[in-house]
Amino acid sequence: MKKTHIIAIVAIAAAIAIIISTAGDASTYVTFEQAFQMASQGNKKDIHVVGELKKDAAGHIVGIEKSADNLSFSFILVDDNRREQIVYYQEPIPPDFAKSEKVVVIGSYHGDKFIADKILLKCPSKYQEQKLNARV
Amino acid sequence: MHHYFIGNLGHFFVIASLVTALVASFSYWRATSSATLNASEWLINGRTAFALHSISVVGIVFALFLIIYGHYFEYHYAYAHSSLHLPGQYMISCFWEGQEGSFLLWMFWQAAIGIILIITQKQWEAPAMTIFSLVQAFLASMILGVVIPGLELKIGSSPFILLRDAMPDPIFKMQPDFIPKDGNGLNPLLQNYWMVIHPPTLFLGFALTLVPFSFCMAGLWLRKYTEWIQPALPWTLVGGAILGLGILMGGYWAYETLSFGGYWNWDPVENAVYIPWLVQIASLHTMITWRSSKMALRLTMGLVIAVFILILYSTFLTRSGILGDASVHSFTDLGLSGQLLIYLLFFTFVSIWLMALRWKDMPVNAKEVETYSKEFWIFLGAAILCLMGFQVLVPTSIPVYNKIVELFGIRSNLAPPADQLAFYSRFQLWFAVLLSIVSGTAQYYWWGKLEAGEWKKKLMGPFLLTLVLFALILVIARITNPVYMALLLASLYLIISNARILLTVTRKNPGLSGGGIAHIGVGLMFVGILFSSGYSKVVSLNNTGLLYNREMGDEFNRDNLLLFVNEPRTMADYDIEFLGERYEIRSGSGYVKKSDVESTQDPFRVTAKRDIQYAGRLLYHARDTFEIFPENTYYEIQLRKGEQVAATLYPRIQLNPSMGGFLASPDIRRGLASDIYTSVSAPMNRESEPEWSPLEEQNVKIGKEFFVNDYVAVLESVERVYSIQGFKLSPDDAAVVAHIRIRAEHEDYYADPVFLIRNKSEVGRLPFEIGELGARLTLLNIHPDSDEFTIGINTRQKDWVIIKAFEKPYINILWLGTGILMVGFVVATRRRYKEY
Repeated sequence: MKKTHIIAIVAIAAAIAIIISTAGDASTYVTFEQAFQMASQGNKKDIHVVGELKKDAAGHIVGIEKSADNLSFSFILVDDNRREQIVYYQEPIPPDFAKSEKVVVIGSYHGDKFIADKILLKCPSKYQEQKLNARV
Repeated sequence: MHHYFIGNLGHFFVIASLVTALVASFSYWRATSSATLNASEWLINGRTAFALHSISVVGIVFALFLIIYGHYFEYHYAYAHSSLHLPGQYMISCFWEGQEGSFLLWMFWQAAIGIILIITQKQWEAPAMTIFSLVQAFLASMILGVVIPGLELKIGSSPFILLRDAMPDPIFKMQPDFIPKDGNGLNPLLQNYWMVIHPPTLFLGFALTLVPFSFCMAGLWLRKYTEWIQPALPWTLVGGAILGLGILMGGYWAYETLSFGGYWNWDPVENAVYIPWLVQIASLHTMITWRSSKMALRLTMGLVIAVFILILYSTFLTRSGILGDASVHSFTDLGLSGQLLIYLLFFTFVSIWLMALRWKDMPVNAKEVETYSKEFWIFLGAAILCLMGFQVLVPTSIPVYNKIVELFGIRSNLAPPADQLAFYSRFQLWFAVLLSIVSGTAQYYWWGKLEAGEWKKKLMGPFLLTLVLFALILVIARITNPVYMALLLASLYLIISNARILLTVTRKNPGLSGGGIAHIGVGLMFVGILFSSGYSKVVSLNNTGLLYNREMGDEFNRDNLLLFVNEPRTMADYDIEFLGERYEIRSGSGYVKKSDVESTQDPFRVTAKRDIQYAGRLLYHARDTFEIFPENTYYEIQLRKGEQVAATLYPRIQLNPSMGGFLASPDIRRGLASDIYTSVSAPMNRESEPEWSPLEEQNVKIGKEFFVNDYVAVLESVERVYSIQGFKLSPDDAAVVAHIRIRAEHEDYYADPVFLIRNKSEVGRLPFEIGELGARLTLLNIHPDSDEFTIGINTRQKDWVIIKAFEKPYINILWLGTGILMVGFVVATRRRYKEY
């Protein structure tokens, strides 16, 4: 066999290993119910949950609680199956948190507490300008 | 008044650029494939069309610039990306804040390169420019902004669209000719000198990948399988240098401006340019190998094509909105996803089809590659580079898999790895180790074949030197992590073996030293990355023994330092002290205390309450009005060693609605051995009213001392004023202001509370707050009979800030390595250009 073929075969083997490993390390988008099941089965991997902030009938966001020194907070996230969950986040409240349309939390259950390591916000303002600037 | 002409002109140029690009491509195609007689006429046609195309592109740029420069806010582009207050040097950055402008920049570079090709490449002009012009046509279609009637199909997004057409705001129904007075402004994050030069560099890098691709396609088309490599090689070298430089500039900008604590975050946007660059470097090496030993032609062609396709793929990823949830960067979907996909798929299929068509016809070198030959090591290196790229490509494309699976009606819930930094580093680190070993060894084979027994003799010296250096660094830097040891050893080997070769080669011919220099640069970069990232250390440790917050995790409490104004703490051998909040003066002459200025009706202008000094110089007199950056708050933090001031840092918080509200930017104390990187992790919340102590009253006379929150204060004078904060008072009003001086740790603070009688009867009091001292003073009453004044005092916690600081050891080695890599590229390009 040619040496170049050996390099090629080793490279292909490495590529396959990379794909398998990525599949193993990839996180998943799940609902809170699935996340809870995973955690209770001992799966400690971080997962993504997409949801919206809980709102009352008048459309006001409810359930945001910040700590006394503003350095951490918790909020209620409603996932796609309408399940509500209190999420704890150990960073200050992002300023436009309340304006976000959708929130992606990356984290996992610790007991029955969901602790987020990272939060991604999808804000309408990031994607389009809605109104003209009032400075006229 | 609407300036319709300039927009119409711009739009005309856009259409002209598309038509001329298509004509150029067609003419060059005819020139390539028709009989010799006709060919020269078609060639002239092609040249003329491309020249007209270039003029059109310059025309578009010019028209768009006039719109931005003239503040024609009736145009969406000027409204959305500029404003009256935008400093002149950043107007050029408006181009690439919008997607249309960045397509334009890309087109501009390619037009410029196309002209150079036409002038210099007589032999390859016609076939290469056929491909080249076709790519230009695709780009022009992205900014076309034409709706095909009947089909309601919109092609491209024009930068010359009017605001009233772009934004369906009700005001346009009432006033169709409405023009806003001011624009939304350029994202303050982009108002940075790196953002003036980073995007053009990156897009020049993108544009340069088109040259080898066009030559390669031309070679396949004309069955000149080997001749294209020589002219394409210098272009690939320049492309590799520019693209690499562009990527690293982006990293440097992120290090300076974003506060995620480093220069590389494995964000999809970063990955999308990193992957093609790795493959480009691989293709560069196989091209050089082909020049010397005529091997691996198919591989070289495949790699050159892959680079261009990966550039298109990265464009698709970052601009189609497909990354949506996966990236923290904000992407606007201009509705071009379909068009981008066609662009990507068209060139993918054409190149694969042409490759397949010519596969059997291509010359194959049957020579066996020996283990002890340079080819073997080069191919190994190229394979590692490609795998490195592949490892990043697979997870970065996860959103694409989800979309594809969705097309078949299956819901996929795959998400990118949760901890990207750890995930990518784990692989890339070992690839770097392999790459170092392979390229360190390859250099020896490159400059002379080593026989089986000989390598011991030749490699022994460098290897011993490597081990000695390794041991030394190990002891000095106390490296104990075995993975880091492996990377350190491998990169030292890379540096030293290349240095050894460099010595020999330079003695013979300095012009050949490019490769050696570039490899030393890479080795240094690896060492720099190893130290600055691997040994990045949090130095802002909470040494007060206090828990900031019981509910919070240990990590936040450990890694963040709470600083009250004027209360020193210790951090990493320094005394650190927060001195207060500052504004930056727009002229760039320094910073000013927030409490020393008074706002005016224009948010960009403030009035000095007293003489403004900065760094020992008097900048403004009291009552002077000057401009500031109102969106930025700087936190002045002093680092001291003993009594000596080591550094004054100004980390920043920026109000930036388009980037999610507020943004922290670090300030970096640069040192030869390490940087101290400081950023604000939590500023004081100004929105909720702080808790004040109950009002305490004091009756004082002028010149008398009293206490304010444990500081000594003195009432210096009281005077009548006729205007307050820029508002003139009416003759029926009367106002007096008290001037109170408070002696604090380092300097005096001043409070100027106002006592006001309006319309001869209503009493008003304007208290004065000094956040730095946690005090609010009110002039409560005036007693003319006893010459006394009643001062009301409330106190609260002093202003504070929570910071996080890292030490980044030896990060300068990374920047030094980058510089050396670029020098290597320049030397190598000169050599290949001369050969050619």
